[in-house]
Amino acid sequence: MSDLVKNIFRLALFISVQVFVLNEIPHLHRYVVPYLYFLFLLWLPFSLNRLGLLLTGFATGLVLDYFTMSPGLHTAACVLIAYVRPFIIFLLIPKEAAEFTYHEPSPRGMGWGPYLVYAVILTLLHHTYLRLLVWLQFGSFLDFLIKTATSTAISMLLILTTELLFPRRMKYRTNTA
Amino acid sequence: MRNIFAFIRRHFVFLAFVALQFVALWMLFSYNRYHNAAFLGVATEVTGSINKQVDKVDDYFHLLEENRRVHRMNDSLLNLLRPNFNVPDTNAVVRTDSVQVDSLTRYRRWLYRDAKVVYHTVNAENNYIQLNRGSAQGIQNDMAVISSDGGVVGIVINTSPNFSQVLSLLHTKSAVPAILKKTGSAGTVRWDTKDPRFLNLEGISKDVDVKRGDTVLTSPNTYNYPPNFLIGRVAAFAVDKATGFYTIKVQTAANFANIQQVFVIENLQRTEQLQLEQETEKQMDQMNKNRPR
Repeated sequence: MSDLVKNIFRLALFISVQVFVLNEIPHLHRYVVPYLYFLFLLWLPFSLNRLGLLLTGFATGLVLDYFTMSPGLHTAACVLIAYVRPFIIFLLIPKEAAEFTYHEPSPRGMGWGPYLVYAVILTLLHHTYLRLLVWLQFGSFLDFLIKTATSTAISMLLILTTELLFPRRMKYRTNTA
Repeated sequence: MRNIFAFIRRHFVFLAFVALQFVALWMLFSYNRYHNAAFLGVATEVTGSINKQVDKVDDYFHLLEENRRVHRMNDSLLNLLRPNFNVPDTNAVVRTDSVQVDSLTRYRRWLYRDAKVVYHTVNAENNYIQLNRGSAQGIQNDMAVISSDGGVVGIVINTSPNFSQVLSLLHTKSAVPAILKKTGSAGTVRWDTKDPRFLNLEGISKDVDVKRGDTVLTSPNTYNYPPNFLIGRVAAFAVDKATGFYTIKVQTAANFANIQQVFVIENLQRTEQLQLEQETEKQMDQMNKNRPR
C-alpha cells in the first residue's frame, strides 16, 4: 500500500474514532476530554516535507472542526504541532542518521524514551494552544491549567494504549538494496 | 526587491505557517461572532450524510429509552383529551371535533415539525446537535427544538439543504428566557460548562420563594420558544450575598446524553412580532427626538 493511500485510511480512521467514539462517550467529568486524532500527525512519515506537513495538519484540523462545529479551533492547534514537529524530531534523533533508518516516528524506530518525549511535547503543545483559544472565549485561568494538564495526561494514556495495541510493523530501511 | 524575494524563499515555511494560523484563527473568531464560516453549508451536508449512516446503528442502543419517552408523552397528551372530563351541565354533549380542515390556520402561531438527531455531544464546552432536516424541509434559523418528551433542547442556528445545526442548551452562548412556574418570576437559563445534567437559572431575586423541585418553564415573553415548555426542575439553590440574587441549579428535563427524536417548532408570527418591535423602537426614537428640552 502506498504512503498516500495508507495515510488517507489512517486519517479517516482517526477522525471517526475521535468523532464517533471519543466525543460520544458518556460524560465522566468535566476535566475528562479525551483527544487522540492528532496522533495521525505524529505518525506521518519523515519523508513528508515541512510545507506538506503544514497543509496536512490544516486539513486534519479542518475535517474535525467541521464535525464538531468549531471551525478553526482544532485547525489552529494542528497547524502548530505540524510546524513544530520537524524541530522536535531534529532534536531527538541523532544527527549522524541523516538518512532515517525508519519510515515514520514509532517507539520501535526511535526507542521508547525519545518517542515518549516527542509525543508528550507535541501533545502538551496541542492541548495548551487548544485550551488557550477556548479560554480566550470564556472560562477561568485555573480551568485552563487543569484542563490542559488532565487532557494531556488522558491523551498520553490513549497514545500509549494505541502504540501497545497496534504496533506498526516496519521495514528496516537499508541502503544496500 | 530581490531581497524581499530571497526573504520569502528562505522563510517560506514559516510564512505559510503564519498564514495558515491566521486563516484558522480568523475562522474561529468570525464563527464565534456570527455562527457562520466558509463552506459551512457544504460541510454540514457532508458531515450530516456520514453522521446519518453512523446514527442508523447508534439508534438501536437507545430504542428502549426513546420508547419510554414517547409513551410518556402520549400518556400526558391522552390525559388532556376532552372525553376524560365529566361535564356537569346536562345539556352539554361531549362531541368530537370532526372538522377536518383547520379553519384557524391563519391564527396558528406554533408549528411543529418532527426531526431526528443524527449527531450530538455533551462533553464539549460548546455542544451542538445535528438534525436530519434542513432548509429544504422548512427548517430555519432561530426555531426552537424540544425533545420527544417535551423538554427544551436548544435552538436552530444553521441550516444546510438537508441538515441543520442546533445550539444546545449545553453551550456557553445559550441563554433561554425562563420563568419559575409557581411564582412566574422571570430569569435566564445558562450553562456553566460543568455538568451536562445541570443548568443555571440566573436573575431570580432572593425575595422570591424557591423550593427544591420547582418547575422551570420557558418564558411566555420570547419569540423563539413556545411558552410553558419544561426546561427542568430546581435541584439546588443558594443566595448570592454579593448580588442579592439566587444561584439556582436546574436539572434538565431533556436527557441530553441520549437524545433521539425531537420537534422543531416554528413561530409563524415571528416576523410580524419583530417588525412590530422595530416600528415601536422607531416611534420611541422619534418621540425622544421631538421632546422639548
